[in-house]
Amino acid sequence: MKLLIKGGTLISPDQKKIFSADVLIADGKIAVLSNNLETDGAVIIDAAGKLVLPGLIDLHAHLREPGFEDSETIATGTMAAARGGFTSLACMPNTDPVADNSSVIAFILKKARQEGKVNVFPIGAITVGSKGEELAEMAGLKEAGAVAFSDDGRCVSNAAIMFRAMQYARMINMPVIDHCEDTSLSDRGAMHEGYYSTLLGLKGIPAAAEEVIIARDLILAGDTGCRLHIAHVSTAGSVQLIRQAKDRGLKVTAEATPHHFTLTDREVAGYDTSAKVNPPLRTQEDVNAVRQGLRDGTIDVIATDHAPHAREKKEVEFDNAPFGISGLETAVGLVWTELVNTGILSPLDAVEKMTTNPARILGISKGILAEGADADLTVIDPALTEKVDPARFVSKGRNNPFAGRMLAGIPVLTIVGGKIVFEYAG
Amino acid sequence: MVQKKNLIGLEHIDVHEIELILDTAVAMKEIVSRPVRKVPTLRGRTITNLFYEPSTRTRTSFELAAKFLNADVINISSSASSVVKGECLKDTARTIEAMGTDVVIIRHPMAGAANLLTGWIGASVVNAGDGAHEHPTQGLLDLFTIREKKGVLNGLKIVIVGDILHSRVARSNIWGFLKMGASVSVCGPATMLPADIGRTGAAVYCNINEAIKDADVIIMLRIQLERQKAGLFPSLREYARLFGLNRERLSLAKKDALVMHPGPMNRGIEISGEVADSLQSVINEQVTNGVAVRMAVLYLLAGGGDA
Repeated sequence: MKLLIKGGTLISPDQKKIFSADVLIADGKIAVLSNNLETDGAVIIDAAGKLVLPGLIDLHAHLREPGFEDSETIATGTMAAARGGFTSLACMPNTDPVADNSSVIAFILKKARQEGKVNVFPIGAITVGSKGEELAEMAGLKEAGAVAFSDDGRCVSNAAIMFRAMQYARMINMPVIDHCEDTSLSDRGAMHEGYYSTLLGLKGIPAAAEEVIIARDLILAGDTGCRLHIAHVSTAGSVQLIRQAKDRGLKVTAEATPHHFTLTDREVAGYDTSAKVNPPLRTQEDVNAVRQGLRDGTIDVIATDHAPHAREKKEVEFDNAPFGISGLETAVGLVWTELVNTGILSPLDAVEKMTTNPARILGISKGILAEGADADLTVIDPALTEKVDPARFVSKGRNNPFAGRMLAGIPVLTIVGGKIVFEYAG
Repeated sequence: MVQKKNLIGLEHIDVHEIELILDTAVAMKEIVSRPVRKVPTLRGRTITNLFYEPSTRTRTSFELAAKFLNADVINISSSASSVVKGECLKDTARTIEAMGTDVVIIRHPMAGAANLLTGWIGASVVNAGDGAHEHPTQGLLDLFTIREKKGVLNGLKIVIVGDILHSRVARSNIWGFLKMGASVSVCGPATMLPADIGRTGAAVYCNINEAIKDADVIIMLRIQLERQKAGLFPSLREYARLFGLNRERLSLAKKDALVMHPGPMNRGIEISGEVADSLQSVINEQVTNGVAVRMAVLYLLAGGGDA
């Protein structure tokens, strides 16, 4: 089946340009990019007034399958991705069993082929069981299809293990993604340590818990030559450390989440467990620094850290609730509302942080809007506004602190491999 | 309580409501001093003590308060309940409500538990201490005790000394005292002062001698030994030396300064026995007043007005 997207404004970070063109899709590829295309037998999609982007890539999502299917499955998580405008996602290995061996990677890829709505790129564990003790079979994980290594959800606490992991990952030319958290400092903390943790009487997670590990990892990455990617940067100090490392020429990249560039620890007041996330929501100064880091290129990627949880798991005492925000279905609207419409990022820069940059880090041939490329496309309507209503999420996780917020810039069409996987229906 | 259905903390309560509770507690204290301490005000009402933490004085105080008002009282403690069988707080709360209760008094080791309950059940909720968040009836009984002794709260200098970081009493005290026009200072080791505590409006000290200078009221908090194992202070000996209240230190405060402690005390550590038993100590009166204040709270919440 052929699709013809007519009249849209194309944003191509690959070519660093924004232009008007029609897009003809055939056989799962972008066949022609040109003005005033007419083709017999194609389904015509009117994209007048809309933005046509290379399919968005989420570098950091949790699909929960295998093991936690009450919170999400590969089927529901990829449906949520499609609704959120993502055509590809990388999923973290903290499933049960942990994706620390090739058979779990093979299972995820098989399930994704059978039931997935979007492309799934699994991330393998750094250490066996993500316990931080022994290296996982990284080469085997890579051969099975893993695109990166991470023990996300946990930090590799032991510096020597992290050093070896980076040496080994470097050997096979793979990136290491670290969840930076010194657990001796975060020690059962539930939210950012600051005025609000004091008011609420909740144990705080100091900014230093993140920053000391980032500092360590930057040193180890420099020594090993490993490509290091810092997950979910949340503090001003972290942004500064990464900026300095990049100035020195280190091969480091970093991501920020929509919740960390939008919300502060004040959100936790009232003990709203949907605002319980790790790293925690920080202060306004930190939010401002993350925004500045996105603006000046210190932070390369916007990723969701989509972390869905079954309702009953979050309907408990704040200390007992798991960390995480179900973020796939609000990410684009937040990027547009909070970063593009405020002038912090140009549309081109925003799209780059969700397409070419994550594709480059993961080494996948995605995120390109050109003839011959895979027909993964996202159409967003920059004029469309919508109130966030988690009850309407297709993700099983309704844990989202943006409920009730008006967002502008909503995905209206998602195409994966030339097939429409999501169409906005109000 | 006029508009309010619950008592969760003193942060979100206004001065008039505090005054109403304190004034009501005056009448309640008169009842407690009678030979027959029983009025029929809450006859037919059911009050449930839902305690997820071991507690003798607070639970007993609430139970007596309810019984003096003739309410039926149910006591549920976590060690002997469905909690042990893995039931979540929401289900436990709804089960209790389904059986018919007018007020649930909850003590819980985790901050925010009382707030959560208010969203799940229709009965009134009284927070009897949630983690390091608030302990509003302790804050109110401290206000009552000081007002009774000093006549006023406005303009007093009140100092709270000890482990502020883990203290729900300190938080309720800070809000209550500030709202009533007192000045509040907190004092403790740097490791036990919570982040940005000064933003509440309290003055912050690490030196007890400076903190208690010219104080009208000194509240000493209990230091818990397990904090030492967590690396928050080196030894009880050093803690007592730096932060303990003894006769010599007490002389730095005003001559008629009150000494208070929410109990249970570690004599010889945060407070010397001599000071605890001195004429300036009102520690036992705090306990008596606790019953009166809790009677007032239950009366105002449980619809005593139409009884």
